Amino acid sequence: MATVIPLAEAVANLVHDGDSVALEGFTHLIPYAAGHEIIRQGRRDLTLIRMTPDLIYDQLIGMGCARRLIFSWGGNPGVGSLHRFRDAVQNRWPAPLEVEEHSHAGIANAYVAGASGLPFAVLRGYRGTDLPVHTATVKPITCPFTGEELTAVPAINPDVAIVHAQRADRHGNVQLWGITGVQKEAVLAARRSLVTVEEVVEELEPHPGAVTLPGWVITHVSEAPGGSHPSYSAGYSVRDNDFYQAWDAIARDRESFLTWMDEHVLTREAARP
Amino acid sequence: MTASGGQSTSTSGELLMSAPSPQSYTADEMMTVAAARRLRGGSCFVGIGLPSLAANLARRTHAPDLVLIYESGTIGAKPDLPPLSIGDGVLADTADSVVSVPEIFNYWLQPGRIDVGFLGAAQIDRYANINTTVIGPYEDPKVRLPGAGGAPEIAASCGEVTVIVRQSPRAFVDRVDFVTSVGFGSGPGDRERLGLRGRGPRTVITDLGILEPDPVTCELVLTHLHPGVTLERARAATGWELAAAPGLRETEPPADHELAALRALTGGHRS
Repeated sequence: MATVIPLAEAVANLVHDGDSVALEGFTHLIPYAAGHEIIRQGRRDLTLIRMTPDLIYDQLIGMGCARRLIFSWGGNPGVGSLHRFRDAVQNRWPAPLEVEEHSHAGIANAYVAGASGLPFAVLRGYRGTDLPVHTATVKPITCPFTGEELTAVPAINPDVAIVHAQRADRHGNVQLWGITGVQKEAVLAARRSLVTVEEVVEELEPHPGAVTLPGWVITHVSEAPGGSHPSYSAGYSVRDNDFYQAWDAIARDRESFLTWMDEHVLTREAARP
Repeated sequence: MTASGGQSTSTSGELLMSAPSPQSYTADEMMTVAAARRLRGGSCFVGIGLPSLAANLARRTHAPDLVLIYESGTIGAKPDLPPLSIGDGVLADTADSVVSVPEIFNYWLQPGRIDVGFLGAAQIDRYANINTTVIGPYEDPKVRLPGAGGAPEIAASCGEVTVIVRQSPRAFVDRVDFVTSVGFGSGPGDRERLGLRGRGPRTVITDLGILEPDPVTCELVLTHLHPGVTLERARAATGWELAAAPGLRETEPPADHELAALRALTGGHRS
């Protein structure tokens, strides 16, 4: 059964140097507060897994937490590039970054395989593209029934999955709704998991379209109100599109990036409700 | 087709008037309107940016029943304004259904259920292969681009693909540096050999005109020039020997109602 504990303690318990860590949330419900806590705790050599690295991985990469990135789309949605990600790949700053690059369909299926206890997933994908040339974890596979050639990707089973949700009850049962992405699959695929939530309530009320993750598949739950900003939590906040646009200028330059991180992340403490 | 003195004649002999100068619309507006017109109905898997703007314009003008599908899992989204990201709250709030990301790719895209895939590109080549991954060598890129996202499987599995991209020698290259999404591979028969079940790119809409694959060679050829654009200019903006299709035509300029709807979507500014 999940234990409800403060965020700094949960991150310290679950995320260690060298771990593979998946912070998921597809545009919506991105666990920024948890990512910032990983940066404050100075974790190193992480394998970061995420379909859309978004600004949170731009920050983790720029702060030197990552050794390797497994991803499928590394941009600032609707704005342009992730400059810290680009700087790491093009100029090895602040450290070299290995990349394992997929398509969305490939990573989504790799999580499904991980959650399903299977060694790999099969899909119609990647055929004819240059991705299999550079990504060793994309291989052709022949259907044993029809002989058709398809594509296999190995399961993703992160050491830790971290997601953000609207709410949890005191037993650590979690409820999320709106765009629910691959969060359920990421949590079920992972060895350990942390869910940050907007609020902990006495009892979870039913909500249309909600995904419920029972507390017994989660390691820790931490209350982190506003913890998805500048992403958003439907019903609690809206996406801060102005910040996504402002990030382009902040992150373009190494110094302005470091100054921003110092002011807004390093010198702040995790919320302790 | 020749072009001189502001007038040109199509191969069918029809006189093409160049657009009034100064134009009452921008090249980007012409591109977006031309792209929107190609979406007639059915379902459309929408990429963010230019495709999303054009798809929303189509829904606001001649195709109100167009089903917009975003890779965030929102099916039948009806945003009032084009979203900045593929996961803005308005897409979920207005959708007929919101499904998980594995479901949108596996149950909806992969079986070929979606009529049109609508994509952008950083580079596109003569066989309509798309690169959104790197400029230069993969191991030591000149420019690291965002990567694949949903595009490879959209390009493979939608009934057909429409591409919207500004035309320049940097973007329109003989061979892309990296094949992120397959158009026609190296030419005729490649899609079938690879087991790609959709028909592939049928239309590439740019700020200068419209290109379509030649029915025999699969090479992109120019079928339309936007008003005021010459064939020479389109050729100069293309990194291969661009051929004009027989019956090269001039695009119908944006109608007042199309421009009004587009400007309402872009906040009244010319995009």
